[in-house]
Amino acid sequence: MAFYLALFLTGLANAAALFLVASGLSLIFGVTRIVNFAHGSLYMLGAFIGVTLMQVLPGAVGFWGAILLTGLAVGVIGALVEIVVLRRIYRAPELFQLVATFGVILVIQDLALMIWGAEDRLGPRAPGLRGVWRIFGEPVPKYDIVLIAITPVILLALWYLITRTRLGILVRAATQDREMVGALGVNQAWLFTGVFALGSALAGWGGALQLPKGGADLLMDFNIIGTVFVVVVIGGMGSLPGAFIAAVLISVLNAFGVAFLPQSTLVLMFVVMAAVLIVRPYGLLGREEVAGEHGQVGAPESPIRPYGPRGIVLTAFLLALLASLPGFAEPFVLTLVIDIVVFALFAASLHFILGTGGMVSFGHAAFFGGGAYAAALLVFHTDTPMELAFLFAPLAAGLLALAIGWFCIRLSGVYFAMLTLAFSQLVWSLAFQWRSLTRGDDGLINIWPADWLNGPLPYYYFTLILGVGGILTLRHIIHSPFGYALRAGRDSPRQAEAMGIDVKRVQLVAFALAGMMAGLAGGLFVFSKGSVFPTELEIAKSFDALIVVFLGGVKTLAGGVVGASFLTSVEHWLTRLEYWRLLLGLVIIAVVILMPEGIVGTLRRQALRLRRADEEAPR
Amino acid sequence: MTLLRRTVLALAAATALTPSTLLAQETDTAPIKIGEINHFKRLAAFAEPYRKGIELAVSEINANGGVLGRPLEFLFRDDQGDPAEAVRIAEELMTRDGAVMLTGTILSNVGLAISSFAAEKHYVYLASEPLADTLVWGSGNPYTFRLRTSTWVQAAMLAEQAASTDAIRYATIAPNYAYGTEAVAAFKANLTRLKPEVEFVAEQWPPLFNIDAGAEAQALERAKPDAIYNVTFGTDLAKLVREGTDRGLFDGRDVYGLLTGEPEYFEPLGDEAPEGWFVTGYPWYDFAEGTPGGDFVAAYEAMFGETPKNGSNVGYLTGLSVAAAIERAGSTETEAIRAAFEDLDIPDTPIGPLHYRALDNQSTLGAFVGTTELNAAGEGVMVDWSYKDPAPYMPSDDEIRAMRPAE
Amino acid sequence: MTEILRAERLRKSYDGFLAVDGVSFSVRAGELKALIGPNGAGKSTCFNMLTGQLKPTAGEVYLRGTRITGKPPREIWRMGVGRTFQITGTYRSMSVIENVQMALISHHRRLFSFGLRAWKLYREEALEFLRTVSLEDQADRPCSVLAYGDLKRLELAIALCHRPRLLLMDEPTAGMAPSARIELMQLVADIVRDQGLSVLFTEHDMDVVFAHAHHIMVLNRGKLIADGTAEEVRSDPKVQEVYLGGGTLFKEAGRA
Repeated sequence: MAFYLALFLTGLANAAALFLVASGLSLIFGVTRIVNFAHGSLYMLGAFIGVTLMQVLPGAVGFWGAILLTGLAVGVIGALVEIVVLRRIYRAPELFQLVATFGVILVIQDLALMIWGAEDRLGPRAPGLRGVWRIFGEPVPKYDIVLIAITPVILLALWYLITRTRLGILVRAATQDREMVGALGVNQAWLFTGVFALGSALAGWGGALQLPKGGADLLMDFNIIGTVFVVVVIGGMGSLPGAFIAAVLISVLNAFGVAFLPQSTLVLMFVVMAAVLIVRPYGLLGREEVAGEHGQVGAPESPIRPYGPRGIVLTAFLLALLASLPGFAEPFVLTLVIDIVVFALFAASLHFILGTGGMVSFGHAAFFGGGAYAAALLVFHTDTPMELAFLFAPLAAGLLALAIGWFCIRLSGVYFAMLTLAFSQLVWSLAFQWRSLTRGDDGLINIWPADWLNGPLPYYYFTLILGVGGILTLRHIIHSPFGYALRAGRDSPRQAEAMGIDVKRVQLVAFALAGMMAGLAGGLFVFSKGSVFPTELEIAKSFDALIVVFLGGVKTLAGGVVGASFLTSVEHWLTRLEYWRLLLGLVIIAVVILMPEGIVGTLRRQALRLRRADEEAPR
Repeated sequence: MTLLRRTVLALAAATALTPSTLLAQETDTAPIKIGEINHFKRLAAFAEPYRKGIELAVSEINANGGVLGRPLEFLFRDDQGDPAEAVRIAEELMTRDGAVMLTGTILSNVGLAISSFAAEKHYVYLASEPLADTLVWGSGNPYTFRLRTSTWVQAAMLAEQAASTDAIRYATIAPNYAYGTEAVAAFKANLTRLKPEVEFVAEQWPPLFNIDAGAEAQALERAKPDAIYNVTFGTDLAKLVREGTDRGLFDGRDVYGLLTGEPEYFEPLGDEAPEGWFVTGYPWYDFAEGTPGGDFVAAYEAMFGETPKNGSNVGYLTGLSVAAAIERAGSTETEAIRAAFEDLDIPDTPIGPLHYRALDNQSTLGAFVGTTELNAAGEGVMVDWSYKDPAPYMPSDDEIRAMRPAE
Repeated sequence: MTEILRAERLRKSYDGFLAVDGVSFSVRAGELKALIGPNGAGKSTCFNMLTGQLKPTAGEVYLRGTRITGKPPREIWRMGVGRTFQITGTYRSMSVIENVQMALISHHRRLFSFGLRAWKLYREEALEFLRTVSLEDQADRPCSVLAYGDLKRLELAIALCHRPRLLLMDEPTAGMAPSARIELMQLVADIVRDQGLSVLFTEHDMDVVFAHAHHIMVLNRGKLIADGTAEEVRSDPKVQEVYLGGGTLFKEAGRA
């Protein structure tokens, strides 16, 4: 019994930092609707600033004072990020801001490396709190007890702030209805800055408070961000008590998982999240998303049309250029173009459900990697001929998407996104842990194309035909009745249902179709690289695609393809530089600020403006 | 509108098409280029010392007239820890930047991706730091050579020590990925062979760099083992040591730590470094002046103003190995370099003579084993250490031949 | 006249609050029938139960004798019931005519065709419907730039696409200028006459109601308190009580 109690206390102590970070994220999302990927980076900054301050400030006063100051410092940094970057893009399409926060992650990573160096820092101990107290004979670290005591205090303080102060009233009003705040005569910009600063400060405090249990290192940002999102989603986005309950739930479950199912720790929380979302689609204490809240912010899309003669000629010209590329370009360019085409197809498949369907998926890599794995497994274990195995890639990915989509489409908005993320993590953990089948992270290697395709030139044309073919097929479908039905379901699900469209069924088919195309990209990928690893199923892979779609422009048709070409090229050139992450981060932020409708969207607007100016000019 | 949209596409493609500025000049004095691919950013804590080790080796080699009369140059490229990215960079380094062979990577999966690619394209690849033994055994190929001491061998060294004690009940804790499972399997196989009566009473698998150390320590304690075998490293190790020490997990128990004594992981522990663990590591602080090891340490400190890590040593040996192989090949042709690596002997290195076995392309880099202790300055160090040659711990030649795919 | 729609003891409760409490009525072929009542009387809830957006807590709905209670909106639509909403739900990213084409695509069961070009499909037919509501000049404008009154007319055109036998219109003239209201309802009345379909509509503007409706039902606090001709309803004491008096006050109530 004592053992269970001690394990429970461990879980509670772990919940402290998690709750702090998660409450900050939840607060920011609730008010500003920004999904802040950079929240883990703020947590990491909290840890590094905390370590630095604790080295300067002596004794117990210094220790707790350092923690307090750390939160304030990170709050200021958060405010700066909000003012410099995010404030400019609130009117951009929903979730577009996550691209900017991704840029912030990259910038902070390199800045932290510059300032604090590469070596891990061990966190200082809390003065007077080294060692353990015994509870029913079980040793419990003193600092754990302090953390357990602090957490409810923080929850109460936040509760007081939200329910009893003017700021709190405004925050609640903004969470319910953003427009209302303006009506209350409040400067919305400063409210957002304030909330972002408060949320950042909470992340900073989380980073500083965990120091005596760990330390500061450069991988902390990515290590916590997944868990934090899971906590916020399980609790219900925007709900502080929900974040508290979920942080405790996840931490305690995790502690018991470690003790009784040691292998399970990689996926446990994602299983919990999937289960919660299937039963309660808006998390434990979340509120229902208002219909049309997503993908409907900002100016509406203009009607679409297939390319006219000029567009067709230009497309044909570009394709001819690509087809004749081997004639004059050096061999490596072919490799790079293969990578770009594969990524562009992957991004286009995500764009299809995201842009046309209004379904934001955070787990699209499951189908890219799933397709790659399907083909690779066949080749690796059964020596299936490449041609057959290759066909299996889109097929298996499509079926996988059908299965996953069946669960996910009943949700919408961020919750849909998080459920896709949970499922993609499950697929990842299968590839990662089912070693007898997949060889785990040793991956499947020596997966090369059939002889007639094995060479830079044949494979280049193979990729070009199927990759471009896939992209054009998707484009064609967007203009087909099915594509229109998908758009109808996005624009107004109620209206679509009231005119005989089974919106969920249309969405499911679209999801499966996108999965199939991602799987095709995965198949092209695996035979071009000769190997596949669980990395292709990781969250980072899904986010790569997400970012290029937003970067290219959600409300355009070419957005995914252009974004993928842009990012792959820029990244490929920048990574040879020392501080490439800093530069790439700045490039992304610059694009986001200068082109809030994405590259294609903003260029199109400029072109329209030019044309209008021409027409209005006196003759 | 359409025109503009298309122009963007064309522009994006054009950035990819800019002709290379760095077409290798094949002249007698042009540098010999080596393509080094690593996760310089993602695993900065481990990759930076490694890179510095290479830089030291290169500066010494070039000061002594270079290789084949030409200067040696490493092209460092960051793969973000992504195997697919690494493969593309490998291709670019070889076909465009004029590299004559490839080196690098810490993460085993990236190493395996490059290895498979190298075999297919017939590029020589020296896997300097990846830990997975399958690189040279189960998935070995003629074009991939491996420098770093194999996991099997290091685990066997610890198992040998463990077998000499009375401990029967063992608990293991290892990060939940390929290296962790391989390290535990190797320890179990070696220990059960040496002492069949041992029992493994708990196996803990924390996620890499995301350990819940408190719960792990409790789970280990609950199994009441006589001894613990630890494979965690980096921040996981620091947290485990802290929670374990506080909760008395290590009191009265033998602890074996794979890589635990490497400065990368041991130094950050400061005065909380555990005492009495039997570990593999890199005790640079004890290398006497005038010995090859001591000279390396002195040169490294002089060049970078910091003390070397284990990665520095591996990086330095990478530089020496590449230079020796090309010198022996007498040319920069792939097949010549590949042939030169087989049974390559490098007599003078900081760790003594180094040899690349023709059998499995594995180097004979051994490991330092010893017991941890806090020195007078409150720093964790290895004492009573010795440098062990890997040969006695290797599987037999026949076993290795059976594992390696037919060439 | 034959009966098209019949509601039997419809009831809807939310957490104990009875929004609609045992309402029964029927709509006959070729009839233009209004459902009126003060705010919160349960008109929209009632409508939503008829067209499937809401499941009734109790009671049944029959369409030409077939039980349709609890069926999803799309199936009820396929059975020949059209619907317009209080807050218009057109597709903002499509052009005016594409909104109509969308309905036609669904009507012709072409939703899952992947090969055709949607914008070419049924264009002539769609233009015909736009002509009915005098929107043909705006056919190729983006739907998002349309004036509110035009949106309402577009919605009407969309609702007519599958040649419904019954049309349910929730506040068809809400937010329109008075002259435009009369115009729109005249249009609806013409369609009812020409095509022989039935219309059930809710409305605040009593001028509109009494000018066009053949029959009027009055809903108050979830209960149906009157169902009859304009004259019958006007003179019903219960109705007068609800609307605080006689016929002249109806106009006041309409503006409230």
